[in-house]
Amino acid sequence: MKKNKSNLKEPFVRIVKRDNIKLPKIILIYSIAIVGGLLLSGFISVLFSEKGIGDFFESLFTGALGSERKFWLLLQDTALLLGTSMALLPAFKMKFWNLGGNGQILVGCLSAIACMFYLGGKVSDSVIILLMLIASVAAGAVWAGIPAIFKAKFNTNESLFTLMMNYIAQGLVSLCITIWVKSGSGVLAPIAYGNVPEIGNKYLLPIILFVLITVLMHIYLRSAKHGYEISVVGESINTAKYVGIKVDKVIIRTMLLSGAIAGLVGFILAGSINHTVSTASANNMGFTGIMATWLASFNPLLIMLTSFFITFISKGMVEVRKTFMFTNDSISNIVVGIVYFAVIICSFFINYKLVFRKKEKEEIKK
Amino acid sequence: MIITFLMSAIAIGTVLLFGCIGETITEKAGHLNLGIPGIMCTGTVGGCLFVSLYMNGLENPESASWLLLILSSLFGAFLFASLTAAIYAVITITFRCNQNITGLAITIFGNGLTQFLMHSYVDKSNFSTAGKIIAKSLPFAENAGGVVKVLFGHGFYVYFAILIALIATFIFNRTKVGLNLRAIGENTATADAMGVNITLYKYVAILVGGGIAGFGGVFYIMDYVKGSWENAATIEAFGWLAIALVIFTLWKPNISIIGSYLFGALYIAAFVFGNISFSGREILKMLPYVITIIVLIVTSMMNKKENQPPQNLGLNYFREER
Amino acid sequence: MEKTVILQLKNITKRFGSKVIANNNVSLDVYKGEILSILGENGCGKTTLMNMIAGIYYPDSGKILINGEEVIIRSPRDAFEHKIGMIHQHFKLIDIFTAAQNVALGIENEKYNLKEVNNRIKEMAEKYGFNINLDKKIYEMSVSEKQTVEILKVLYRGADILILDEPTAVLTPQEIRSLFKVLKAMRDDGKSIIIITHKLNEVMEISDRVTVLRKGERIATVNTTETSEKELTEMMVGEKIDLNINRTEPVDTKLRLSVSGLTVKNSDGYKVVDNVSFEAFGGEILGIAGIAGSGQKELLEAIAGLNNYDSGTLIYYHPKKDKPVSFYHKTYKRVMELANENAFKDSNGNDIKFDKLTKKEIKNLVNEEKILFKEDEVIDLKNKTPREIRELGIRLSFVPEDRLGMGLVGSMSIIDNMMLRSYRKGKSLFLDRKTPSDLADRIISELEVNTPDSHTAVRKLSGGNVQKVLVGREIAAAPAILMTAYPVRGLDINSSYTIYNLLNEQKQKGVSVIFVGEDLDVLMALSDRILVLSGGKISGIVDARTTTKDEIGLLMVKSDKNEVTE
Repeated sequence: MKKNKSNLKEPFVRIVKRDNIKLPKIILIYSIAIVGGLLLSGFISVLFSEKGIGDFFESLFTGALGSERKFWLLLQDTALLLGTSMALLPAFKMKFWNLGGNGQILVGCLSAIACMFYLGGKVSDSVIILLMLIASVAAGAVWAGIPAIFKAKFNTNESLFTLMMNYIAQGLVSLCITIWVKSGSGVLAPIAYGNVPEIGNKYLLPIILFVLITVLMHIYLRSAKHGYEISVVGESINTAKYVGIKVDKVIIRTMLLSGAIAGLVGFILAGSINHTVSTASANNMGFTGIMATWLASFNPLLIMLTSFFITFISKGMVEVRKTFMFTNDSISNIVVGIVYFAVIICSFFINYKLVFRKKEKEEIKK
Repeated sequence: MIITFLMSAIAIGTVLLFGCIGETITEKAGHLNLGIPGIMCTGTVGGCLFVSLYMNGLENPESASWLLLILSSLFGAFLFASLTAAIYAVITITFRCNQNITGLAITIFGNGLTQFLMHSYVDKSNFSTAGKIIAKSLPFAENAGGVVKVLFGHGFYVYFAILIALIATFIFNRTKVGLNLRAIGENTATADAMGVNITLYKYVAILVGGGIAGFGGVFYIMDYVKGSWENAATIEAFGWLAIALVIFTLWKPNISIIGSYLFGALYIAAFVFGNISFSGREILKMLPYVITIIVLIVTSMMNKKENQPPQNLGLNYFREER
Repeated sequence: MEKTVILQLKNITKRFGSKVIANNNVSLDVYKGEILSILGENGCGKTTLMNMIAGIYYPDSGKILINGEEVIIRSPRDAFEHKIGMIHQHFKLIDIFTAAQNVALGIENEKYNLKEVNNRIKEMAEKYGFNINLDKKIYEMSVSEKQTVEILKVLYRGADILILDEPTAVLTPQEIRSLFKVLKAMRDDGKSIIIITHKLNEVMEISDRVTVLRKGERIATVNTTETSEKELTEMMVGEKIDLNINRTEPVDTKLRLSVSGLTVKNSDGYKVVDNVSFEAFGGEILGIAGIAGSGQKELLEAIAGLNNYDSGTLIYYHPKKDKPVSFYHKTYKRVMELANENAFKDSNGNDIKFDKLTKKEIKNLVNEEKILFKEDEVIDLKNKTPREIRELGIRLSFVPEDRLGMGLVGSMSIIDNMMLRSYRKGKSLFLDRKTPSDLADRIISELEVNTPDSHTAVRKLSGGNVQKVLVGREIAAAPAILMTAYPVRGLDINSSYTIYNLLNEQKQKGVSVIFVGEDLDVLMALSDRILVLSGGKISGIVDARTTTKDEIGLLMVKSDKNEVTE
């Protein structure tokens, strides 16, 4: 009995699941995390240089918004990340962990470049662009569709499968470059054919396109029958079967769509922005897109915000690097990592709450 | 040339082997750690940092002791790598946040930190000297040829990796700790009900797994390329390959010894055999991933229970949710 | 022989939430070297009571004494320390481990040596007469082998008090026989064994004493030799309570569903529904009684098209008599097939000469609704999916037992749940949220669903309100057959009556209602006929107006006794 008494004490802090959390509290938690993460990053930067914390934030903002060109670039890169997130979103809503965004973008990019490379100068640009578009979208869809088929038929682990597909895509890019670039430099010079025409300025097309896709995706997931099926399959396979949804079909169809949008991002990268391809063309957006999607709790409109934020930080950090005279660009990865950690931990405080043990004295009084 | 090829294959295989064992240990505890590539990076910088600290403390770098170099590189790598893994552990175990997302963030962070420190804050001046000492093999094999060279001509790390793989196999299959650990990865709730301390096991597995993965990078820099530094991306790429290797070897560290050398051979073949075309090289480089996918598909089709990923892989555990 | 008391429960009370009292002031003694049965209907608090001894739950009040000393049991670990082990209905085993590895899992202060473990288990196995291959993996094992491993796990940890929760529910008669042999051997070795059960014949066969629980309270504890099955049944089900459910006489009953020889096997190849045949009529409520896990769930799921059955037929009679045929659910080809079967008449009741009509004329006649069915249409449901069933125009509604895991999507709003079944309607690519939204509002107001609004996620509603949403949706589909599984489980009195009234209304509308229930009083007050399942077989179909609780109780536990006792 005596032995038990000491055990009876409640633990100092218990974790309890929350049922409900109000929006202002969510916003507060995220704000604290973001500011905290940035402050921490700022202090780390200050630690390694002679500048002050004020310089850190100043450069962060000027880096992202400092000039008109920077501003447009910020919007363009936000749009690309947004597009990638839109590709990943339907898959994630279905609880299909598509880690293969990089690969899907890359094959889209590669297919477009292949059209430009082989057809450039032989047929008119408008035909090339049309073919590029078809090829990119198809390639992306295939790249995402293969793991989906195996997931649907044999329940093959999709996160590992899609991850591996990334490297095969990279391999294909390297392979094509070695075939195309006879000099052996491994760098494909920009191709002048099949360049997508500018509208307004050269940044506007991707911005308009991907904002449009975001709106469409929002409607698709919210109001289309397909979107509804995706949610049901993601929430409960049992319920899906109960109402007669063909789960296999939904998985494959959704992943084809997911890959197709990723392919479209590849098309824009190839046809409108870079006019060339390298293994790094996807700019790791397949992964940062996961962050943007997840941080926005799969809400398409919030993803606009999170992708802007992520792009803002990485653009801003370029300037910080210059101001702080860091000789390499890795500081921005550190900062991005720290901010991610801070924001990821938010999900804990949103889903759970901590219950602290009441003061000892109160217990004695009782 | 075949000797050089095999030597290199084993060396690259060793880099992968460390990462693979580390990830396997982590996954046995039910955690898919996509941060392993980043952790291998920070392990590299830790090992290099301690080596440089030791070397710079010496008046004559040439007189550096083999034992102390090995120890300082091991210690530094393990320390930095497991500290990075600790970030992952806190976020996924205590805070129960999404493992995939956290892992990706760890990799981004680890890559950045490594690049940053290695580029500007680690004194690499004595690395080639240190590398030569660390890479020393047994005296009789040094100038031997043929099979003897391939089998015994490597530095300490190669044999250390095999040793760790065998120890891990032994722990998994023959000890109570291994039994409990595997039970956690398979069915956390059952292990909990049987009185296994879930949190403790998970923390230890992730920290030790991370630490072991960290050896891979420092071996690559100090032994294989004898102290020259390219960039963190190289190490990160090994990390992803190591994750593929875990699937390929069906979560079995003893198989992973052979598996890693095979992957190493595929990886290095592209560089060693000069007579194949550039495009041939690229195809060879893709092969490990293609093979991994095939293994993944075949195992899921055969549906043999022992060859599946741990059942609760990727799921965070909250007791009251039962 | 003088018996020593090893375990005592004193005035144990356990509440869940503020309303549900699972155990009320229960006291109980367990002797050394005896087998004690805890007998009671589903939901009487047997398992809850035992879980408190095993460290899963903690009592709100009351004491637990072991060997006369008060103890506090807060976890399964504590229970093991007090030499108590419980074998749960859902086994806690690691699939890819061998039996021996599972036994060794989590044991501290002992060297890990599988040989040693093997030897000790073998010793135990010999002592008590177990038959087990210790190197076999769990996933290769039958249910009874898994159960053996669970028992070994508990014994290995030195348990003197073993609690078994419904140990025979999933076993074959032969397996039950060998289990009982083992249990008796353990008793003779001085272990105390508590069995939770509701099978009377087993109680009589195996136990020394019986404690009967009803609605969370202890009714009595008696020596098995001094009681009878009849007396136990009376104690278990209690007096008949008049529930005041307004039951009307069935009028104008028509055959709706005919099931014959239906057999369903589970993934282990074990027959969970065994050669079941019955008919269900429109305008009546067919109650299905039975101990939990007697095949109710699988039977309903087979009818709903959710699992493929192994043999038997399901024939559905589509209420089409005197109604026009249309191209909505039928192709031209199907119409002509039916015409060849002489299924149609014209509006005056005369046969139609199809051979004299052109295709166009026939199409016109169909579109003008001039071709009528002579009789209800007969449709074979053999292995049709839920979707195919709906596309045939069959209005089959199903309220499954697992409300949030199958019937509804917890994270979706009431509106979105309304259209789960019907969202596919129409050619549009987009969802029509207007109709479901109106339906949601209607159900909320008519069934008095307590919710902030129709946009609230279903998960956030209380159990009773969740059920109202689900039943409301299924009824809104204007079903011809309405199947409900435990529709009032976990509901308070008022919500329960709402549901009963809904079912009665449906019956009066001519719907064939199939009602799987657990409370015999309700089944008897609500149903017209009661079908009793026992071990996947029909043990009887009785008239609900004339039957007694004892009769149903005995049918529920009826099994071929000869097979169990030697």
